[in-house]
Amino acid sequence: MTTHEKTSVSRRTFVKGTALAGLGAAAGSATLFGCAPATEGGADLAATGDAPEEKVVWGHCAVNCECRCALRFHVVDDEVAWVETDNTGDDEYGNHQLRACQRGRSIRRWINHPDRLTVPLKRVGKRGEGKFEEISWDEAIDAIATAYKKVLDEYGPEAVLVQYATGVQDSNIRNFVKRLACINGGFLKTYGSYSSAQIGQALPWLYGGREANGTSDVANSKLVVLFGDNSCETKMSGGGPTYHYMMGLEKSGAKVIAVDPRYTDTAAVHADQWIPIRPGTDAALVDACAYVMITEGLVDAEFLSTYCVGYDDATMPEQLRGQGKSYVDYITGKGADQTPKTPEWASAITLVPAETIAALAREIATTKPCAIYQGKGPQRRGNGEQTARAICMLAILTGNVGINGGNTGSDLDSYYMPADYGIPMPDNGVETSIGVFTWIDAVDRGTAMTATRDGVRGRDALAVPVKFIFNYGGNCLTNQHHDINRTHDILADESKCEFIVVWDTFLTDSAKYADILLPDLMAVEQPNIVQSEYAGNMAYTIAGTAITSPKFERRTLYSVLADIADKLGQRDEFTEGLDEMGWLERLYEQGREGDPDQPTFEAMLEQGVYRKLCPEGEHVAFKDFRDDPVANPLDTPSGKIEIYSAALEEATADWELADDEFISPLPVYCPESEGYADPLSEKYPLQMTGFHYKGRCHSSYGNIEVLKAANPQELWMNPLDAEERGLTDGDTVHVFNDRGTVEIVVKVTPRIIPGTVAMGQGAWHDADMAGDKVDKGACINTLTAYKPSPYAKANPSHTNLVEVARA
Amino acid sequence: MTYGFYFNGQRCTGCKTCVMACKDKNDLAENINFRNVLEYGGGTWEKGADGCWGTNTFAYNVSIACNHCDMPMCMAQCPQGAIEKDADTGEVRSDPEKCIGCGTCATTCPYGAPKVDMEQMKSVKCNMCADRVEAGQKPICVEACPLRALDFGDIDELRATYGDVADLAPLPDSSETSPNLVITAPAQAAAAPAGELLNEREIL
Repeated sequence: MTTHEKTSVSRRTFVKGTALAGLGAAAGSATLFGCAPATEGGADLAATGDAPEEKVVWGHCAVNCECRCALRFHVVDDEVAWVETDNTGDDEYGNHQLRACQRGRSIRRWINHPDRLTVPLKRVGKRGEGKFEEISWDEAIDAIATAYKKVLDEYGPEAVLVQYATGVQDSNIRNFVKRLACINGGFLKTYGSYSSAQIGQALPWLYGGREANGTSDVANSKLVVLFGDNSCETKMSGGGPTYHYMMGLEKSGAKVIAVDPRYTDTAAVHADQWIPIRPGTDAALVDACAYVMITEGLVDAEFLSTYCVGYDDATMPEQLRGQGKSYVDYITGKGADQTPKTPEWASAITLVPAETIAALAREIATTKPCAIYQGKGPQRRGNGEQTARAICMLAILTGNVGINGGNTGSDLDSYYMPADYGIPMPDNGVETSIGVFTWIDAVDRGTAMTATRDGVRGRDALAVPVKFIFNYGGNCLTNQHHDINRTHDILADESKCEFIVVWDTFLTDSAKYADILLPDLMAVEQPNIVQSEYAGNMAYTIAGTAITSPKFERRTLYSVLADIADKLGQRDEFTEGLDEMGWLERLYEQGREGDPDQPTFEAMLEQGVYRKLCPEGEHVAFKDFRDDPVANPLDTPSGKIEIYSAALEEATADWELADDEFISPLPVYCPESEGYADPLSEKYPLQMTGFHYKGRCHSSYGNIEVLKAANPQELWMNPLDAEERGLTDGDTVHVFNDRGTVEIVVKVTPRIIPGTVAMGQGAWHDADMAGDKVDKGACINTLTAYKPSPYAKANPSHTNLVEVARA
Repeated sequence: MTYGFYFNGQRCTGCKTCVMACKDKNDLAENINFRNVLEYGGGTWEKGADGCWGTNTFAYNVSIACNHCDMPMCMAQCPQGAIEKDADTGEVRSDPEKCIGCGTCATTCPYGAPKVDMEQMKSVKCNMCADRVEAGQKPICVEACPLRALDFGDIDELRATYGDVADLAPLPDSSETSPNLVITAPAQAAAAPAGELLNEREIL
């Protein structure tokens, strides 16, 4: 395993050293190692020998930041020498280049990393210890096929989990795993995602779906209000929402207000006003804004009466009228709690001054069109379902839904490619599904998981526990799941989950729990297609062939699955006689059915990127409904916006909820377990929120040294909190609660509200699990709780209480 | 012609793509950046009688490399006379044959542009991607910027297009070295006197 790596590394060092010796400056090494000899540095190369032939191959960075960026790999001697991004065309906005961010620009250091897995490995120590021995591919495939067959025979396909994994997000090839599983009867379904489960599960009760205006539509706004929306840090692509926001705002000149516990880079570059808010209380701010709008007659009454159910008593479902249950009743204090949701009421919860709240309400109500957006942070909490729906109320009360320059209040959206490049999927024979975050319960408690307590769907209770896990390019076994120390204990118990197979490029923390660990090729080392995700009004496709031949013992995902299928007697059924390039061409041509305009396959491989503009100019969510609500009803029981959701109330009437879990038929503030007011705050007085960090995408790129150096893992803390604890900027501290301890450097900064600390998520867990378990990698999930949110049963990633002390 | 850089502080989000694109092209060691992004800001917090918070916090980013100054401090101070300014392009560069790696340039440049490669004991820094420029391209940082916040070209043309501001905290007064740099100040630059550098550990 290490022989080749050493050769590889020493070769690179040699190249660099030679250049420096010959040319005397680091710039010289760039000329040799970094640039195209055909146009640049030819003389330098002549001095060191024959110029190697260089080719440029299209590829992409397809990690889960919700952008997709084109990359152009300069390949010399079958090795990646350096990486450009899309630099084709004139870069005019609307036909602009899909420029990669600092992560994509560092992908060479991932591809050529000496720590990359090179051979198939079999676990030899206890599960989770990270001890493996090298085995042959035949042995690995035999072990997987045998274990898989055993679980299928003993428990059936419901015991099989295809783990949530986004390391190669949106690269279409990853779904070959599910294709194999479906051929074998299927797998336990999951609903939601670790990114957006609360908003994704909640908004359909309000709108019948989760949609937003494309980000480029802020070009038509007069006011933009961002709740926890930090695109500039989370989605940094030059082809994605950050660039669209920038260009749209430059065009419209709209005022921007950012509501966020952190003064994010998005707030810094865009916001005319920052409203710092206590985490988890956005809905209380909205409630009070609604109070001001309602009591001052600033709501769009015509919109509310025409398009909405449950706003006031007159628009309540008939059987619920006269009971003080409407939104207006609740907000004005005529409902069950008899509490008017005044700005003063909200200021005690949010820590936002009452006059700031009232001014915000008046500004939103009187500036049209106004675009209300939320990021995914406010919803990724213990009360996220309520918060996500509540934020939308600002758009609904002011009639900003379904129009250019407005928005639904939901998170980012865009125009999407009409083409489907998905892997053909046989039917999944399993009907049962669980919240994606609760997979660990399916391993641990298995059949004790019920519909009314745990959100099992399709059955009253889980029929069998999860016994077999396929984890392709994902780190959600531990690192990106919650409460790592607890999860470790459950996974280490081999009597529970019997077999775990992991494909990855590195020995990630999750990979340590593999029974068989397979050395994957990078997405760009395998033929595949990606589509844009959030890209304003310009959707695009990027197709790429393998940038180099496979190195060491690494193999394509597809060929490994085909061999497993072969062991199970299903090779032909799985492959349909095609190899990787055969599938690439077939799926690309499949896409043509939705988009006849796409280039020929040959032309696409040459041009790499194919763009398509939104035919309507901008994607406007629910525009048809706004234009004609009778002809184009929403997908809700009433066909209208259901401010009061009787359907949600009915669907959850028999659910078992703890005293600190709330599901309201109204989109209003509810407290959260382990929120600021939790009695636990006496012991752990600081709220801790995570954020998506610029140097990583979740845990992807998290071990690339140059990115770590430029983007150090640090804990944000307000100077007032630091002073109280005798801490100064740069100190090494312990962040801890009952679940664990993280060691990290503190960044003392005014850019965060007092009482709250923040830590970038996705850092690589690094603890002695047989010893003190102190996590020196500072992975936030050493501290997060396994406490599924009330309705979506999803990860409350930003709802944490901690204390901080000098290490 | 004299070349220079343009930086639009109203567009820079601090994403550091310029830093990493440069680092990849030049195959730089982990501890050396030719371009850096400075996080500059400040502010205080006050608790009101109602228990709510008020603040005047602000921050912005500044992307900065070698400005290939008209009066380069590094050139003036180099004890070996190893630094020269190209008569055709204005590139300020160090001659590795003469450089002894003493680091005087690194400590005297008010922008912190030159570094000492301790392995080779040579001064290294941004060379405005002279190879690319010669081939009719822009420096890699400019071509990389996702927000199109950087530009490069004939300094006279840049000044005609973007104005002649070259001062922005925490950068030094432009009269010190006459940098070939044009800046569009971020909206919050007016608050700058109350600020400080906020990301010292990230600057290499």
